[in-house]
Amino acid sequence: MSGAPFAAALLDPGRPLPVEITSHTARHPERRFAVYRNNVTASLIEALRARFPATEQIVGEDFFAATARDFVRAHPPRSPLLMRYGDGFPAFLEHFPPAAGMPWLADVARLEAARTRAYHAADAVPLGPSDFAAIDPATLGTLRVALHPSAAIVRSPFPVVTIWAMNSGTAALGPVDFDTPEDALVLRPHLDVTVTRLPPGAAAFLAALRADAAIADAAVAALADDAGFDPTAALALLIGSGLATAVTPAPEASP
Amino acid sequence: MATNQQRPLVPAQAGIQRPHDVRLWSPAFAGMSGGWTDLSGNNINHEIRMTFARSTLPADAGVGFKPQHLDGLLADAAPLGFVEIHAENYMGAGGPPHAMLAALRDRYALSIHGVGLSIGGLRPLDPEHLGRLKTLCDRHPPASFSEHLAWSSHDEVFYNDLLPLPYTAATLARVCEHVDAVQTALGREMLLENPSTYVLFATSTIAETDFLREVARRTGCGLLLDVNNVFVSATNHGTSAEDYLNAFPLAQVKEIHLGGHAETRDDAGAALLIDAHGTPVADPVWTLYEKTIARTGPLPTLIEWDNDVPDWPVLRAEAERARAVLRADVAARKDAA
Repeated sequence: MSGAPFAAALLDPGRPLPVEITSHTARHPERRFAVYRNNVTASLIEALRARFPATEQIVGEDFFAATARDFVRAHPPRSPLLMRYGDGFPAFLEHFPPAAGMPWLADVARLEAARTRAYHAADAVPLGPSDFAAIDPATLGTLRVALHPSAAIVRSPFPVVTIWAMNSGTAALGPVDFDTPEDALVLRPHLDVTVTRLPPGAAAFLAALRADAAIADAAVAALADDAGFDPTAALALLIGSGLATAVTPAPEASP
Repeated sequence: MATNQQRPLVPAQAGIQRPHDVRLWSPAFAGMSGGWTDLSGNNINHEIRMTFARSTLPADAGVGFKPQHLDGLLADAAPLGFVEIHAENYMGAGGPPHAMLAALRDRYALSIHGVGLSIGGLRPLDPEHLGRLKTLCDRHPPASFSEHLAWSSHDEVFYNDLLPLPYTAATLARVCEHVDAVQTALGREMLLENPSTYVLFATSTIAETDFLREVARRTGCGLLLDVNNVFVSATNHGTSAEDYLNAFPLAQVKEIHLGGHAETRDDAGAALLIDAHGTPVADPVWTLYEKTIARTGPLPTLIEWDNDVPDWPVLRAEAERARAVLRADVAARKDAA
């Protein structure tokens, strides 16, 4: 019924109308079929616009629409869950020749993709300062920390948080040093998605915790990643941000 | 902006208009065929069908839910009867979408309206997607579930539009199989909606009204009558909306949709209406609606406004207009009795 010729012609304007398509006015109603072609392509571009607003702000509407159209035709969605559509858009941008002059653009898009995933991620009740206050400081280093299901880290050799913030209305415009690497923490501890610029080494610290390392071992990994790692700042982040949902003793310390 | 000094040359112009029917809101399925014994559809297992939960939306006005209207809906002193959501927007694991639904369900009956099942598709329904739908209906049990007489997926690609199908004995059997699979998986009656269409199939052999009547008869599903779609399709195909409604199996209708359309021109310069959902309901559609309610009695009636979404008071007033038609019909029937 929904024949292959109809489907193929939707995303390829060069293909002829399926032979069985007709109308009461014209035997080969190109303009009528164009309504479907337009709906498909334009609605998918719109889905990408909704997910990547800062990326669009940076490149402008026309550039974004043309880029998104190329992405839609090359990589149409494989699922009706459009909240996931565009997971591959950052990688597409990275290899999109017209965007070669903006090497940081793909990372801004990665940050935006992570925000949508955080928005729809599973809910969990974060631990607060009082939960941490109950912990014996002597055992702190041996503990494992479960991170919130919404937590995502985006590491970039470019100032991705600064560029994103300036193009999403959350920071004033100002000079940008494009050689400054930045790591972003994307998190939705309750209903609002937050984006935080991580201090040096913290991304490695959190990645180690996510891989089930004890806090002390995660700190060692973070120092190896960046000699500027500050364990106190990292712990403050863990305690104050709503990033942790459970703290458990190391397996060997279990009764 | 901070970075536009590095903006490269803009690629070739897209030449693409705004979509006519964006069913997204920004942040921004099992292929069982229970009861079938033959594809003529005359031997459906009625014991299975008897266990389906029936659609129980109130015969009142409702609106398609948009997050920007949450506060207005929750503060409404004379709340409408129901809200309708597009199922696929609520298939994430958690977050604000589910929190908003939980808040709404304290005050409003819920209608879950699927836009991604591809009921009219060539392939069996996607069991993974049917499973997601079942999960959603279990988490937020709706008063009604509905989907479209259309397809949206082919060869694993999702086209995000409600695409038309020819009406033949083969497509009828397939649609019945899909409707039956949905009802069996959800344990619920589903409502099937008549489409807006822009083209015809030379291969069609069955009238749309007969097709829908037969799907309802074979599967026991209900129907969702979109009066704007009736007007749009009749205009687009040079036929009579009144004749369509006269031929429609109104006894199976359990919900009505009303929405705005846009107008353009076809290849021959004839009027071509687009189911755009971006404007108020057109006057001729209100007239068709009033005539329909006069025949059916009050039915749950949804205002759909998906593009250029107005502020809550404007949408609320549009829903109130439908409510007035429903109340006038109740009064007229009392007077007659």
